[in-house]
Amino acid sequence: MVRSFFGFIGRRGFEFVDTSADFFREISGLYYLTRSTLYCTFIEPLRGKPIKWRPVWTQMEEVGVKSTTIVFLVSFLIGVILAFQSAHQLSRLGALEFVGALVGVAILRELGPLMTALVMAGRVGAAFTAEMGTMKVSDEVLALETMALNPVKFLITPRFLALLIMLPCLTIMADLMGILGGFLIGTTTLGIDPVVYINNSLDAMVVKDVVTGLIKSVVFAVIIVMVGSYMAFIIEGGAEKVGQNTRTAVVVSMILVIIADLVFTSLFFFVF
Amino acid sequence: MIEINHLRKSFGEGDKKIVVLDDFNAKMEKGQITSIIGGSGSGKSTVLKHLIGAYTPDSGEIWIDGEEVSLLKGEAANSVRKKFGIMFQSGALFNSLTVEDNVALPMREHTELNESTIQIMVKMKLEMVGLRGAEHLKPSQISGGMVKRIALARAIALDPKIVFYDEPSAGLDPISIGVIDKLIMDLSHKMGITSVVVTHEIPSAMRISDKIIMLFKGIIIASGSPDEIRNSDDPRVQQFIEGSPDGPIPFSKSQTDYGEELKEMSQV
Ligand SMILES: Nc1ncnc2c1ncn2[C@@H]1O[C@H](COP(=O)(O)OP(=O)(O)O)[C@@H](O)[C@H]1O
Ligand SMILES: [Mg+2]
Repeated sequence: MVRSFFGFIGRRGFEFVDTSADFFREISGLYYLTRSTLYCTFIEPLRGKPIKWRPVWTQMEEVGVKSTTIVFLVSFLIGVILAFQSAHQLSRLGALEFVGALVGVAILRELGPLMTALVMAGRVGAAFTAEMGTMKVSDEVLALETMALNPVKFLITPRFLALLIMLPCLTIMADLMGILGGFLIGTTTLGIDPVVYINNSLDAMVVKDVVTGLIKSVVFAVIIVMVGSYMAFIIEGGAEKVGQNTRTAVVVSMILVIIADLVFTSLFFFVF
Repeated sequence: MIEINHLRKSFGEGDKKIVVLDDFNAKMEKGQITSIIGGSGSGKSTVLKHLIGAYTPDSGEIWIDGEEVSLLKGEAANSVRKKFGIMFQSGALFNSLTVEDNVALPMREHTELNESTIQIMVKMKLEMVGLRGAEHLKPSQISGGMVKRIALARAIALDPKIVFYDEPSAGLDPISIGVIDKLIMDLSHKMGITSVVVTHEIPSAMRISDKIIMLFKGIIIASGSPDEIRNSDDPRVQQFIEGSPDGPIPFSKSQTDYGEELKEMSQV
């Protein structure tokens, strides 16, 4: 009994050592892939190997333009929900007309960038892993290598640039839609005077809120692309791995996005 | 010329370790067709993946044109890679690109040719494999045999000195096999390309090869000209040529004894 108990603990201990070794191997793999992506994207073009923009445009359409509907819808609804929720609390304090300020700041600083990144992690991160994972499994990545073409430059760089450009754009549009959602509810259902609503909002929001939101969304873009690509590139063997890794990519990039959000929010909290 | 000396490779660790290649030696002469034949899982593709630098050997050397390539990395590896073309077992065409873009890709990336020249070259390569007119189709829109022929067109896009073929005729109809065989022979004999063909189609290997290497469980059991192989008195070679189920080559892949394994299972 006692022996089996310690046996159990011992086994758990070894499992823990194993998993943490795995964990650090994944982290360092992710780090090296990110490094070579940054090199291929920003350093190599300076050394006379210009970036081809056509695949970047294709990816921008794929990840950006085609995501607008869902991003608009989600952020608009978040604005509406936020207005309702805050109205209840603020009216008890007799400060109903500050709904606009609360909605505006919350969306700009936090919910706009975060919700957009989470939606994109599900929509785009999954697509990245599935596409590139299928290419890995069917030897297409190996084919690139044997043609002396760098798969990182060929597959990851266009996606990286596309999301790096499109995620902040989508975030700005999400901010606007969220604020619009709050405004519509505030001025109709809640009966706040539009001029008061707008004045209060503008008083509360500052440029810094937008900038910090955009800085975050750039970081989120890097996380989504790198996790999605890494999960695709480590696939060995059959097609069932593609499904598994796609799921892992979405889960891991969502968690990392939220952790990064926490880190940056606290950073901005203490620094600014 | 390609020379492989004492190549060893195993996958997995501990109990799961399997030795895939055990002391593989081979010489592939310039302008000749060398075939590596053997059953599924005997390690044929693994040899090829060592030649193209996808795997690093556990031990042993690989010489291509007087250069030891197994440990090359980065730019040095790329300059060797530009010497050869490879036709993958699955074709490995890029699914997002059209047939034309697939064949043109190596030319666009590695040459300074202008677009109209590239299009003419692509047309020539497609004509060689008998598929001119398929330029604007996507790989998902064409049949398996056509995929392999386009993969061949892509492999020879840059007029390489060496071409590797991984099961070029597996799963094809007899006429397509004939077409591909003839292409491989033409490329080798008329243009002096060194060809390494991995296959389990015995008749096709007998027809096209200058030299045949027969693999069984990672070990070379015979090597020589097609006639020498045909007249070999090794029973394993004869069994493989005749394709008979009974003989020294067991049908089962497992490395443990069947009776022992059942006994062990009943004890648990
Ligand atoms: N990357 C790998 N990891 C683990 N095992 C592998 C790997 N590649 C090949 N093998 C194993 O090596 C053996 C030979 O494979 P392969 O060379 O593909 O055979 P074939 O002669 O059919 O082409 C098989 O048993 C296969 O399971
Ligand atoms: Mg094979």
